[in-house]
Amino acid sequence: MNFDRTEEQELIAAAIARFIERDYTFDARRRILESPQGCSDHVWRTMAELGLLGIALPTAHGGLGGGAVDAMSLMEGIGAALMLEPWLSTVAIGAQLVARGGSEAQCADMLPAVVEGRQKLAFADAESDSGHDLHRVVTRARQDTHGYVVTGLKRNVAHGAVADRLIVSVRTAGADDDREGITLLVIARDAPGITVHGLRMLDGTRAADITFDDVRAPRDAAIGAIDHALPLIEEVIDFATALVCAEAVGTIRSANAATLEHLRTRRQFGVPIGSFQALQHRMVDMTIEAEQALSMASLACSAVDHERDATVRARIVSAAKGRICDACRRVSQESIQLHGGMGMSDELKVSHTFRRLTAIAQQFGDADHHLARYAALAPRPLSSE
Amino acid sequence: MDLEYSADERAFRDEVRAWLREHLPGELRDKVVRYAHLSRDDLLSWHRILAEKRWIAPAWPQEWGGTGWNVVQRYIFEEECGYAGAPPLVPFGLMMCAPVLLRFGTEAQKRRFLPRIYRGEDFWCQGYSEPNAGSDLAALRTQAVRKDDRYIVNGQKIWTTLAHMADWIFCLVRTDADAQRKQEGISFLLIDMRTRGITVRPLMLMDGRHEVNEVFFDDVEVPVDQRVHEEGKGWTVAKYLLGYERMNTARIGTSKRELELLKRFAAQQRRHGRPLTEDIRFRDKLARLEIELTALSITNLRFLDALRGGRAPGAEVSMLKIKGTEIQQLLTELMLEAAGPLAQAIGSADGARLDDPFLAALAPRYCNMRKTTIYAGSNEIQRNIIARHALGL
Repeated sequence: MNFDRTEEQELIAAAIARFIERDYTFDARRRILESPQGCSDHVWRTMAELGLLGIALPTAHGGLGGGAVDAMSLMEGIGAALMLEPWLSTVAIGAQLVARGGSEAQCADMLPAVVEGRQKLAFADAESDSGHDLHRVVTRARQDTHGYVVTGLKRNVAHGAVADRLIVSVRTAGADDDREGITLLVIARDAPGITVHGLRMLDGTRAADITFDDVRAPRDAAIGAIDHALPLIEEVIDFATALVCAEAVGTIRSANAATLEHLRTRRQFGVPIGSFQALQHRMVDMTIEAEQALSMASLACSAVDHERDATVRARIVSAAKGRICDACRRVSQESIQLHGGMGMSDELKVSHTFRRLTAIAQQFGDADHHLARYAALAPRPLSSE
Repeated sequence: MDLEYSADERAFRDEVRAWLREHLPGELRDKVVRYAHLSRDDLLSWHRILAEKRWIAPAWPQEWGGTGWNVVQRYIFEEECGYAGAPPLVPFGLMMCAPVLLRFGTEAQKRRFLPRIYRGEDFWCQGYSEPNAGSDLAALRTQAVRKDDRYIVNGQKIWTTLAHMADWIFCLVRTDADAQRKQEGISFLLIDMRTRGITVRPLMLMDGRHEVNEVFFDDVEVPVDQRVHEEGKGWTVAKYLLGYERMNTARIGTSKRELELLKRFAAQQRRHGRPLTEDIRFRDKLARLEIELTALSITNLRFLDALRGGRAPGAEVSMLKIKGTEIQQLLTELMLEAAGPLAQAIGSADGARLDDPFLAALAPRYCNMRKTTIYAGSNEIQRNIIARHALGL
């Protein structure tokens, strides 16, 4: 048992802290938020220079190696600063799909470009009726002698409009909700037949609805096993979910710090409102939520790094995300309530942490989704573990 | 980061586990696991088995019988005992009176009391709460007036757990009625329960059991050499005890065992012709509980890891108490829910043996465990402590 950071993890933590202090103050974030693109190329280049785009990617392709635990402090920093850049889409999902499922040629083509900041990726997965289910894929790819022809609509693709390439889940066989028959294709975002409709999301991030109208992809665009991509998708989404849990810890801490500061400084009835027990106890419960969230994020990140059994891994990740969804909801709502009307103002960061925590509580599945998955994956009989 | 125990820690855990398997009497374990009544003899017999192994007081200094274990080993030991279904150790002597004596007692007091506590020869209880001094403990009014080499004690204590089994009681009493602050003028006395003038009256609780008492003091004479620390410094002693390192306060091991029992039990219960564990509403409650316990066990380990680095425990103990007791209560609540309407029958009315004493114990157990969020500093007091000491409010 050891919760200390390694020397390398300390370096990453220090780098991200310095970087945020210098380049990602709340004012800087607001300028990025209001920019046409909604995320900053300058920030992206800086992250590449600091090596932050190579975390958890193989050293053979320019990455730093390591895993989710090594990325925790970065995620906590991203969460605290409410960063808008497509780190998760690009590094934790897109590049992970390539690194874990791609051919040597695909890795060599894409991973160094990601690490060096030359290429952003987005995962085009969700559809109108998929909810949080990864296997419900209606977008179809028919095969001909040249490769694939894709038709369908992908919804809310995170950072879909700024990505250079999309990794698209398509149905190449079977019925709409079969676990088999799903394939991953890499397609350039500006390929003929693609229409991108940009979206502003509640939390300030950008996304896109992307229509595929007979979009052609060559045979070698497929990542991983044709018709059998679901286990790879689940593995990588579990990885990203564990990282979002760590991000949530950073955001929760930020909300708590702002709320505590407000309780100390805001005066009513001639005293700081933090002297009122009704408010103190709620602040204490928010603090406990942060501790429980950190514990579960640590467990999830450790599991996606070390757990070989996919069922056990998935169950742990769902336990963590389910718990953290609850923590996000409680902390976000209480932080606004304890701020009073001020908390609802766009001017205050706490209203932005509220929006981000609300989004995290949905991202990769809400509490109900993960509780159901946790229970469904329980060892049988339920009586013994 | 490594969430697993190290090889050494695992070896230690296995050693404890193997020893418990061999030495925890099955009869005692069954009583604990089935929520049966534990007599004074039950409690003391387990105490003496541990004393013989010299594992009864791990946290004491080694010269007085401590094991020299670090905080992680002590935690593992307690977690394994709870998980194995060992009877709880009555804390009043071992974990409350003894640390006070070790910190504030004279050499003579230590020599007089510690070995007897260690061997389980004296059964202690705690005289803190009074009818008008609960969470506001410093409002206590039991009075001790100095007369030559004795104090004359008059007053009343309440909620005194196991006073009816006890040989000794340690008490907070008021020795200076005119002190400026109510925290001043309090002293810490050790009183022999056989002293003339002490009356113990049972307080029957809603679970139908006799666990707590009222203790009345009527001109009770206490030798001055049974005062610990200086006169008027009793509050210092009380505060020390409050902050005394208790990293097992969450009782993870016991809750893990009870959760496993709950899952087995619920899988055997049927609703609408199906196992209860397939009922989505119940299943979600069970899942949330299990996940909360998982989170707390890691939170507990994180705190231990920090403590191992030499940091003094602070508000962490309060967090563990709040979450740990919430989980303990929820376990009893879900157990009662799983048992359904049959569990409302709590005993036989005509003296016949009950078919299923376990089923009959669940509702009283649910009632009894309401105490956990009230005792040892109510969870509201714990929140006050965190607000003040961790958050600076």
